[in-house]
Amino acid sequence: MTDLLFELSKPGCAAVRLPDCDVPERSIEELLPPGAIAAGPPPLPELAEGELVRHFVNLSTLNVSVDSHFYPLGSCTMKYNPKRNERLATLPGLLDLHPYQPELTLQGLLELLYRSQEMLAEIAGLPGVSLQPAAGAHGEMTALLVVAAYFRDLGEKRNVVLIPDGAHGTNPASAAVAGFRTLPVKSTKEGFVDLDDLAAKANEQTAVLMITNPNTLGMFENQITQITRMVHQAGGLVYLDGANMNAILGITRPGDFGADLMHYNPHKTFGSPHGGGGPGAGPIAVAERLAPYLPAPIVVKHGDGYRLDYDRPKSIGRVRSFFGNTGVLVRMFCYILTHGSEGLRRVADGAVLNANYLLAKLKHIVPVPQGERCMHEFVASAAKLKTEKDVSAMDIAKRLLDYGFHAPTVYFPLIVREALMIEPTETESKATLDAFAEVIFRITGEAPDLLHDAPHSTPISRPDEVQAARNPILRWSPP
Amino acid sequence: MTPKELLYTKTHEWVHVETDPAGAKIATVGLTAFAIEALTDLVYVDLPEVGRQVAAGEPFGEIESVKAVSDLYSPVDGQITEVNSGLSNNLASLSGDPYGAGWLIKIKISDEGGLSELLDYAAYQEQCEEDNDE
Repeated sequence: MTDLLFELSKPGCAAVRLPDCDVPERSIEELLPPGAIAAGPPPLPELAEGELVRHFVNLSTLNVSVDSHFYPLGSCTMKYNPKRNERLATLPGLLDLHPYQPELTLQGLLELLYRSQEMLAEIAGLPGVSLQPAAGAHGEMTALLVVAAYFRDLGEKRNVVLIPDGAHGTNPASAAVAGFRTLPVKSTKEGFVDLDDLAAKANEQTAVLMITNPNTLGMFENQITQITRMVHQAGGLVYLDGANMNAILGITRPGDFGADLMHYNPHKTFGSPHGGGGPGAGPIAVAERLAPYLPAPIVVKHGDGYRLDYDRPKSIGRVRSFFGNTGVLVRMFCYILTHGSEGLRRVADGAVLNANYLLAKLKHIVPVPQGERCMHEFVASAAKLKTEKDVSAMDIAKRLLDYGFHAPTVYFPLIVREALMIEPTETESKATLDAFAEVIFRITGEAPDLLHDAPHSTPISRPDEVQAARNPILRWSPP
Repeated sequence: MTPKELLYTKTHEWVHVETDPAGAKIATVGLTAFAIEALTDLVYVDLPEVGRQVAAGEPFGEIESVKAVSDLYSPVDGQITEVNSGLSNNLASLSGDPYGAGWLIKIKISDEGGLSELLDYAAYQEQCEEDNDE
């Protein structure tokens, strides 16, 4: 592994040589009161410019990304980020704006945001849109606050959020943050929502069912209209976790199968960068009767121009400063416009076709417990390998790194043992998918001992995950 | 006590019921070896305060491994009388001795009727085998 800057440091090395001081020098004690003077200079590393540049460039070569490797990380949708969108998002007319400029001078951006609202409404089949939330889970929380405001307004006391047990962990977390109590709904052996369990739990306390469709096993809930009807009959609302929208773009719409609210993950659906923790965006779309509660402001059309509408008395208020993370929204807008409505459907078709092709190749090597078919991703199980050869999902994932592939998601969803969750995305070629299947086949034939110690070719092999979680070392300190 | 003498939940907690000197039924609750093996390397356990009321089937704490965070579910209705508070700094005793030093909490049972809902050793074994087959 590369040495740290502090370890490379040599006293006296410097990247720049400062000119001699051209004003009379005065002692620091003369200039500052005693309390403001540190005991000594900060222990900064001392390096020549060349060493510094090599350090960072060498570190950057350790990056693994979809631009360098096949990256089939299920659930996360490591979608290729078209480079033209990066260029468009940095056009001076978009990049150099300031949110405190008068509205009249922001008309281009406001039009872009207004049209984004319209497009997201059309794709969702839900007319009210807020672009404010700064990430998918933030969108979930915002939508749940909208739900709470709606029922408060109706005078109904509903405080339970129903969540299928295969859901993303953000669902119960968002519900708890928004002040709800959560109740898990079981899955059937086939991996769908258990309708009997849902019937037993949907009642006058139910505020909302949060459902992911296609679900986290990569399957379309074939009873979705029945599910949404049951929740509506109990007086509750249905929230669609839009994590898997990339599988149904232009094929079906959440509003059409009974969802009342949803969020989008632009990075999973519309090719904006993942951003490594930010900035992100998690726009939400809601049904007509929930629209009054959306965060203010919303961009509205006003004569020939656009303006921000703050006059929304029932709004839950702001959830993010200014207009949300517009840089991400611009990339999303460009992606949608580039593909158009026909193209978006082809994106979904491609994602589903690629996943099914890989499923068909892999199911004979690593069993896929739920189903012969999938949507955009599928979950294989290494349970049999674990029992028979003591080779775990983790061992396969680690070994894949030696072959130049990023590992799939492992051990999620929790309802599948030794889960390997694989999502190829639509931009991979048949050759890449064939190569990946070939490598999985080869790995399952390798000696367990070799796999237990994998990866063998990375700078770090197996970090001590327990110690990393319990006693993380977050700062370098001198030895 | 041995695993064969215990009762079990479907969510992999074990229960040992004793009568205290005052005649109250006290349930000692832990996590089964099967569950601990499935969780793999343990990182953290979050246990409740003494005195908290718990209900059968509801979470009373959390356990985290390098794989996932899982809820711990109460097998019975009642009030927590004791917590194995040393456990959070000694997770090895949980993985090494799940039916002894690795116990989690003790509950003063308020409704003994709930005990009949629990699984015996044979029924629990059967469930684990089914889980393994899936």
